[in-house]
Amino acid sequence: MSVLAMEVAALEIGAAAADTGVVIGTGETIVFWVLAPVALAGALGMVLSRNAVHSALWLVATMLSLGVFYVVQEAPFLGAAQIIVYTGAIMILFLFVLMLVGRETSDSVVETLRGQRVAAILLGIGFAGLVGAGVARATEDLPVVGLTAVQGTVGGPAAGNVEAIAAVLYGRFVLAFEVTGALLIVAAVGALLLTHAEREPGTARSQKERSRARFLTDRPQTLPGPGVYARANSIAAPGRLPDGSPAPSSFATGVEPVQVDELPRTGSVGAEREGLPHAGGTDAALGTIGGGTTGPVPGSGEGAPR
Amino acid sequence: MTVFAAADQPTLEDFGNDVWWIVLIKIVGIFGVLVLMTLFAIVFERKVVARMQQRIGPNRVGPRGYLQSLADGLKLAFKEDIMPALADKPVYFLAPVIATVPAFLAFSVIPLGPTVSIFGERTPLQLVDSPIGVLIVLAASAMGVYGIVLGGWASGSTYPLLGSLRSAAQMISYEIAMGLSIVAVFLYAGSMSTSEIVAAQADGTELSFFGLEFTGPSWFAVLLPVSFVIYVIAVVGETNRAPFDLPEAESELVGGFHTEYSSLKFALFFLAEYINIVTVSALAATLFLGGWRAPWPISIWDGANTGWWPLLWFFAKVVVALFFFVWLRGTLPRLRYDQFMRFGWKVLVPVGLVWILVVATLRAVARESDLDAGQVAVFVGVPIALVLLGGLLLASRMRNRDTRVAAREAAAGGPAPAEPQVLDPRDRDRASGGFPVPPMDLVVPPSPRLRRREAVGAGTVVGTGRRSSSTTPEETDDV
Repeated sequence: MSVLAMEVAALEIGAAAADTGVVIGTGETIVFWVLAPVALAGALGMVLSRNAVHSALWLVATMLSLGVFYVVQEAPFLGAAQIIVYTGAIMILFLFVLMLVGRETSDSVVETLRGQRVAAILLGIGFAGLVGAGVARATEDLPVVGLTAVQGTVGGPAAGNVEAIAAVLYGRFVLAFEVTGALLIVAAVGALLLTHAEREPGTARSQKERSRARFLTDRPQTLPGPGVYARANSIAAPGRLPDGSPAPSSFATGVEPVQVDELPRTGSVGAEREGLPHAGGTDAALGTIGGGTTGPVPGSGEGAPR
Repeated sequence: MTVFAAADQPTLEDFGNDVWWIVLIKIVGIFGVLVLMTLFAIVFERKVVARMQQRIGPNRVGPRGYLQSLADGLKLAFKEDIMPALADKPVYFLAPVIATVPAFLAFSVIPLGPTVSIFGERTPLQLVDSPIGVLIVLAASAMGVYGIVLGGWASGSTYPLLGSLRSAAQMISYEIAMGLSIVAVFLYAGSMSTSEIVAAQADGTELSFFGLEFTGPSWFAVLLPVSFVIYVIAVVGETNRAPFDLPEAESELVGGFHTEYSSLKFALFFLAEYINIVTVSALAATLFLGGWRAPWPISIWDGANTGWWPLLWFFAKVVVALFFFVWLRGTLPRLRYDQFMRFGWKVLVPVGLVWILVVATLRAVARESDLDAGQVAVFVGVPIALVLLGGLLLASRMRNRDTRVAAREAAAGGPAPAEPQVLDPRDRDRASGGFPVPPMDLVVPPSPRLRRREAVGAGTVVGTGRRSSSTTPEETDDV
């Protein structure tokens, strides 16, 4: 909701600026009235969509519009930084995490707190109104000079947005800038420390060394996966050796190995299956270990764990 | 470095005053140039790679096969458009568009030439410029990542998802290296506007070297060699090109992020990829190779940098850069993913940071001691770079010493066999050295579903393609 509030505030600022008689160009007006609804729709869409990735995309739309607003309002460097840093890097990292979470993680529509939604809407609108009204009141009678008067234009005395930002950032606010930088470094190093696995220096073996070590053992290849040569996909179904016996090396840790029902015996002509459709489709024909969902295939062994 | 305000050199004030139809002509022109460059780049790449692999390459459609990519593009447009059942439909539809639009946008700030006259109007050969020109290219490439990431995610399939995850990580990492490499150029040019960066490379510094007067190099590729190398490596990663084409590694991920895409949507991804290559090539020419200005021997001619001629020099530089891309693809094997990320973060980024420090120090020293920045770069920067390169060369020779010694011994008649050893493929005893072949008498175990129908069928060998109910030795002692 805070994005929404920001948007409303931006709208109010725009209106306030228009009142005080600063000339706003046609292009700027058109851009504003095209992109302001987009930014608002993005903010609303972010709150209202169920799918987390869709939410992130709506937020991207809002951030992009804000970046264009900055550019239009004579702060091109800020706009580019907004697009490159926020939209280009931070939101991509968000998406990265959301995509790893999986695509079927839509929000549940069940309200866990009673009346939370109504309260949130009311409070959000109230907050937006408060902030908007506050900003509008505060800037009501201020003379609006525009950024150009402060930072100059290209060829002018202060040479424009980039130079003006540089002068302010590395001149007047250099201490704040340095402190912020230090804070970010501390955060990054802290995250590294928290996630870093403690290891003796020199104990980590390189990929080459591990590969060599593996080829010196009896088994250079990977262990057989459970169920690879078996008739079920379950982790409990061990891989089979060529003679049909379960391969001990494929037993999963912590799971009791379960043997799958057998193929029909050698010499079977399939008479025991006469007239029986494959009730569970291919899965039933392939056999299961539990016999619960698809049911055992009649005549091909018990189907239950042995 | 002072900006030489030559008559034809556009400055920032020259932009934004065009008549609407000039703007329209420029927009359509850039669109056309990009599409044509894409068609050209595809044929060019296929032909060059073919030559490198001792083939001829496309040679059927059009004169000498040069219309092949046009024919392919038309065919692609008429193919069936498939929407996967598990796709997230709006995002799946949007992703190719998101990939393509920024690709076109980025080219709008590339200066193609000096101020020329179009139907009587004096206008620079560049759509727009702004004090933050190059950042627009960076922003557009940052937006382009979304197309690839979302395309992979929305396909609802594993390989595209893996491809898009890889590309997200890769493009963010290499964008950092790319941005760092450009910072030194900003420092030297004193501007982020593309046209002013070209202007800053207009004239080399007048140098006197032991009494010998000559004009020093003006291209940033020479003055800032480390930046140039980092930029070239980073953009190869940024555009997902071989050897960094991990998001669409055919041998690992089928097609990567565009596995599920077909028809026009796939064409858009393809278009975006090649436009990105053209754009980064054009940006390399602009930032490091003097932009549209003629290279040295031609620049002696006074008319080389006026009128429409610079268009020719510019596109020559772009094609050279494209050739370099193709050369890389034809030469280098694909990196393993972890090696690739380690290279980006542990080599490119630190080197870029240190280099910026060095450049900034040089600039400060130059300003304090009233030296021209170009002089400092040529007399301090270039020797340092040469020493660095020499050191790297020595280090690599030291590392490969064993291999070289072994190769020399082998060439001098060492233990290497004179004739290639031919192994009997039918020797199934692997211990004796024959290479493994599938057993020739392999029999497929019976399918329970087919058994009823072929109950009396005799056992047959695999080669016939028929399933049989013959018994295999393994089955007889089944438990």
